[in-house]
Amino acid sequence: MRKEKKRDFRRVKQILISGFIAVIILGILAFVTYGRAIPVLDPKGLIADQERNLILLTFGLGLVIVIPVFIMLFSIAWRYRASNTKARYEPDFANHKGIEALWWGIPCIIILVLGIITAVSTHALDPFKPISSSVQPVKIEAVSLNWRWLFIYPDEGIATMNYINIPKDTPINFMITSDAPMNSFWIPALAGQVYAMSGMSTQLHVMADSTGTFTGSSANISGDGFADMHFKVNSMNEADYKTWATNTFNSTKTTLLTDDSYKKLAVASHDSSQQTFLLMDYSLYNEIIMKYMSPGDSKVNSVDASGTSI
Amino acid sequence: MLQNILDFVFGRLKPSDFVHDPIMAGAGFAMVGALILAIIGLTYFKKWGWLWRNWITSLDPKKIGVMYILVSVIMLLRGLADALLLRAQQATDGSAGLLTSDHFQQIFSAHGSIMIFFVAMGIIFGVFNLIIPSQIGARDVAFPFLNSVSFWLFAAGMILINAPLIVGEFSTAGWLAYPPLSELQYSPGVGVDYWIWSLQIAGIGSLLSGINFFVTILKMRAPGMTLMKMPIFVWSALTSTGLIMFAFPILTATLGMLSLDRLMGMHFFTATGGGNPMMYVNLIWAWGHPEVYILVLPAFGIFSEVVSAFSGKKLFGYTSMVVALLAIAILSFTVWLHHFFTMGAGADVNTFFGIMTMIIAIPTGVKVFNWIFTMYRGRVRFATPMLWFMGFIVTFTLGGLAGVLMSVPPADFQFHNSLFLVAHFHTMIVGGVLFGAFAGFAYWFPKFTGFTLNERLGRYAFWNWIVGFLLAFVPLYILGFMGATRRLDHYDPSMGWQGLFVVAGIGVAIICVGVFFQLLQLGYSIWKRNDNRVGSDPWNGRSFEWSIASPPPEYNFAVIPTVTQRDEFWELKKKKHGSLLKSHYEDIWLPKNSGLGPIIGAFALAFGIAVIWHMWWLLIVGLVGVVVTLIIRLTSDETEEKMTAAEVAKHELKRGIV
Repeated sequence: MRKEKKRDFRRVKQILISGFIAVIILGILAFVTYGRAIPVLDPKGLIADQERNLILLTFGLGLVIVIPVFIMLFSIAWRYRASNTKARYEPDFANHKGIEALWWGIPCIIILVLGIITAVSTHALDPFKPISSSVQPVKIEAVSLNWRWLFIYPDEGIATMNYINIPKDTPINFMITSDAPMNSFWIPALAGQVYAMSGMSTQLHVMADSTGTFTGSSANISGDGFADMHFKVNSMNEADYKTWATNTFNSTKTTLLTDDSYKKLAVASHDSSQQTFLLMDYSLYNEIIMKYMSPGDSKVNSVDASGTSI
Repeated sequence: MLQNILDFVFGRLKPSDFVHDPIMAGAGFAMVGALILAIIGLTYFKKWGWLWRNWITSLDPKKIGVMYILVSVIMLLRGLADALLLRAQQATDGSAGLLTSDHFQQIFSAHGSIMIFFVAMGIIFGVFNLIIPSQIGARDVAFPFLNSVSFWLFAAGMILINAPLIVGEFSTAGWLAYPPLSELQYSPGVGVDYWIWSLQIAGIGSLLSGINFFVTILKMRAPGMTLMKMPIFVWSALTSTGLIMFAFPILTATLGMLSLDRLMGMHFFTATGGGNPMMYVNLIWAWGHPEVYILVLPAFGIFSEVVSAFSGKKLFGYTSMVVALLAIAILSFTVWLHHFFTMGAGADVNTFFGIMTMIIAIPTGVKVFNWIFTMYRGRVRFATPMLWFMGFIVTFTLGGLAGVLMSVPPADFQFHNSLFLVAHFHTMIVGGVLFGAFAGFAYWFPKFTGFTLNERLGRYAFWNWIVGFLLAFVPLYILGFMGATRRLDHYDPSMGWQGLFVVAGIGVAIICVGVFFQLLQLGYSIWKRNDNRVGSDPWNGRSFEWSIASPPPEYNFAVIPTVTQRDEFWELKKKKHGSLLKSHYEDIWLPKNSGLGPIIGAFALAFGIAVIWHMWWLLIVGLVGVVVTLIIRLTSDETEEKMTAAEVAKHELKRGIV
């Protein structure tokens, strides 16, 4: 009797301590998370918004399984603990067709629902699919270099490095390639990522629904300066955007982006500063892709890891 | 002239390759120091002969299993030290300048490769070696010498992957070394070669070992043990080794092509010259995804044994469990593309692989329910193995939920290569494979030592692990939502990530406390072993390994048992038959020790060093050495020795079993 009391007391103590630790952990996590930007859950663009909704929907469907699992795990473990001699003990109870049919069946139904959601959403949110809108889209050609991003605006005749200005509520059509190892082009506030691969052109379509500055980055390791491959996306009103583009195009101070100056940019560099250029070679993007297409020419852009040309 | 000779002898190895920054040099010196201490100790206590006869040349799977586990534990400590450095660097947002980006990238590449190939793989092969023969009522594996070769190839790979701490550098291309980054154009140094050849050599060992255990299970079961009467752990090993046989050749071929690119200027995966880096990504994951299940299926098997033994009850839904294992094994080859939905394969392809991925959740979910229902109407004893089981279900279910989120391609676009992904696969591999290994360790430890591990220290270790684990990885899930990508050696403080990284770092520190308690538990239990002596069946076990002495004799079974039903040993105990053994003994043939296994390992190591440093003469030596040693073995007779019935009887008598 006394022993049992002692054990009960210990159990209460254990529960109190673990509860206390759990509260502290949650408190710390809340403290270090509160007020920070969480772009995936707090998106600023049409596509990212739909992706967020999809994430929450899938999460909800998952909980349909996870919550019963947790309830069953702890209640059964507690009820059939060895010290509880009142509980039934049936060491040979190992088959029950009905119960098993239940947990083959319910997950099947959930996966069927999720499968349909997947098929529909994967087609709807295909990054290659243009966004239908009455507004004329802005075309941007993104090139990942070692270790920075070059953005070419062929229609505006300008180019930028490590930042993009975009008009809000306007579809942006990104064409993406790489003149470096594979990178991944990701602006979490606007849309999920797509790989940037040399000799290939991938696409991403986004549309910002508010003004503001978002961060984008490369999500795939590409060498020594990979951590510097982040860039700013400034979403602005259409008028501001037009003004910026026109001013940049007309300014005599803007640096020229020619074949030669591009070659200098393509050399490995840790310089992640923002720059703006006047585009001189309108087919530059295609040339970057094509130079990986010529057979046998393995000397293209030979840059060793330390950043020196060889 | 002298330079030519030096170039010929040393290839591209230069004295400057021995120069390292303080952290690496420290780690290198520590390893060399420990090695020298071990050598001095062995010499002082005159233990070389003992080491050679009892361990290095042994073909006893139990000895080989212990060596696998030992290597894995050492590598786990190395991988943990790597993790600590990575977490320290990110907790200080890189501004403290603890590591250069190059060093940081070497560390995470090494961390991943070591943890998968030399910890997780080592553990599962260790457990296979220790448990499978005795669970199926066999005295040995099908190919005892091949088993030794497998282990020594594994050991050679382990030495190669740690060598960069002393000489040269490791790969900076991540644990799967995607080209074109891993090609000569971007990684001209020896780092990627170290990565290729340590994995290649260890991988061939894994393939051979996989074949060995597959055949062992199919051909060497005790009479009457049909497939559906096997213990579920054996089933998990059968499916896992089946996967090894199909998946590892892909790895070997892929690494082979990458090394041809690097050694001979070919263009399998280069960005230029008609090469196709995307092909590499496909191939490596065609191996890589089954690999995940190669690791986790045996852990499932361990948990099935543990939950059934500690609930004093039959495993619930045995047939379902087997079907689920087979389904997972087959499906695991149909999902590899989910590792790169972001490559732009198109909506139809992504949909197919997304749905296939979700389907794996069904058999996995069934397993979880069956485990929980094994406790239902049982008598559950919460010894440490059960604590690990409970921890596993919690973490694995949460990690599985994260996995289902990522199986939806458009959602994956937001998670891919982010810390959310990193958190997901750590939840699965730490919570699945590692917790499984810890459960198995505590469960089977008394079988091979004759005494149990200290329970109290085991509980302390568990609670530190589980709290540290949540603290280390929950922040990474949140960081993923914040847009933090993996493998960043520094980040802009304005991103607001630092607090979470600090919490994650504290989590890893608490895990280290857990590991400390585990080491303490091991040491203390050995010290106090006489207080914890137990018989051959401390947990009231169900399968045959509990019917033989602890530690088991070299021949496992004096008399091979006959099987008529599942859990034969448990049923016999119920009938109070007491002993399975009849007093009629017969001669037992056991494999003789062989030093040729470690010699093949040494030649393979020489080959690896040669091809990494371009010492072509050594390459020929290594290659010829392996082939000649194999011929010697294959042409030698009398590889077995007889233990007469009288000797067996004497052994058994001494144990007082008869």
